[in-house]
Amino acid sequence: MKTKRIFGFFALLLIFGASFAMGISAAKDHIVDDGYEIGDVAADFSLKNVDGKMVSLSDYANAKGFLVIFTCNTCPYAKAYEDRIIALDKKYKSQGVPVIAINPNTKSGDGFAEMQERAKEKGFTYPYLHDEGQKVYPQYGATKTPHVFLLEKTQKGNVVRYIGAIDDNYQDASQVDEKFVENAVEALLAGKEINPNTTKAIGCGIK
Amino acid sequence: MNRLLILFLMVALMVGCGDGKKPKDVADNQEVAVESQNEEKVAFPIYDFEGLEPLLHKEDDQTYIINFWATWCKPCLEELPHFERVREEQKDNNVKVILVSLDMPHMWKSRLEAYVKNKRIRSEVVILDDPKQNEWIPKVDEDWGGGIPATLIYNKEKRQFFEKGFTYEELNEALNKFTK
Repeated sequence: MKTKRIFGFFALLLIFGASFAMGISAAKDHIVDDGYEIGDVAADFSLKNVDGKMVSLSDYANAKGFLVIFTCNTCPYAKAYEDRIIALDKKYKSQGVPVIAINPNTKSGDGFAEMQERAKEKGFTYPYLHDEGQKVYPQYGATKTPHVFLLEKTQKGNVVRYIGAIDDNYQDASQVDEKFVENAVEALLAGKEINPNTTKAIGCGIK
Repeated sequence: MNRLLILFLMVALMVGCGDGKKPKDVADNQEVAVESQNEEKVAFPIYDFEGLEPLLHKEDDQTYIINFWATWCKPCLEELPHFERVREEQKDNNVKVILVSLDMPHMWKSRLEAYVKNKRIRSEVVILDDPKQNEWIPKVDEDWGGGIPATLIYNKEKRQFFEKGFTYEELNEALNKFTK
């Protein structure tokens, strides 16, 4: 009887210990994962575009939503998606969901002058904003480039509807099976549920 | 139930592969030829996730450190010497390091091979070439967002995943939980 009770006590201790340890690791994970989740209201920002003007989401009076895409000059994945980002903007700007690209990096190759050069070279049709002071990307919880946040403009603000990758094949646009972002925007415009609303992809960590 | 699942996965894969390759052969023979030529010459094994997966689930007496990296990833290159050092120090302690490169095909010869040679990297290097990232990333770890560097440490008893870079001390600390 006594041994049983002692055993029970240890079992309890173990459970307590384990849950404590899990709590710690969960808390740690949260620091990494901090940022917006689906359904959160995204904060507006005012960042400098490559044309020297400041851009905010509130400037777009008629927008139904936004494709906020964290991308950069230097990441091979971001480069692989440049043409597809231009195509997204061309397709959806006229339907009220423009691309707003933000470069969260500050290291060499991603300076403001280099951003201007890249935007000109590729003929970006969308604003390419410099996250000066790196304040915006942690707010959103962007961890890598490219990293897409689809927002829907609603009464209560710009609500996050999709987070993740552009599609399911970074190497070859012609081999894409699922166009995650296009599907998400189409669903949003049609008032349908977005599925999947989060996807994963390898990307370059933000520097 | 398990067998059914495996069977289903195999069929799904076969169907998937068939679908994936056909249009490419038809669309651009030249490009395919160039690619396969490249693959022949690369010094490291090239896996899709199906091929890599057994390396993430070995049930022998070793502890495996599986590091996901790429030559274009600066923080990955910064921590690489720590993995090399730990490999050297722990090789008699049943610890094995596998460096899984996520470099893109056009970088395999020019960057990856050159880097491994110049830095005299002695850990095992393999290439993971599987664009269906949204499918395989969660299979490595449910919580992995896809950022690199990322490292999986496991043995037949437990496993832990880290989506972060390591210092030498942190790597040892993480490894100690597996080897002691």
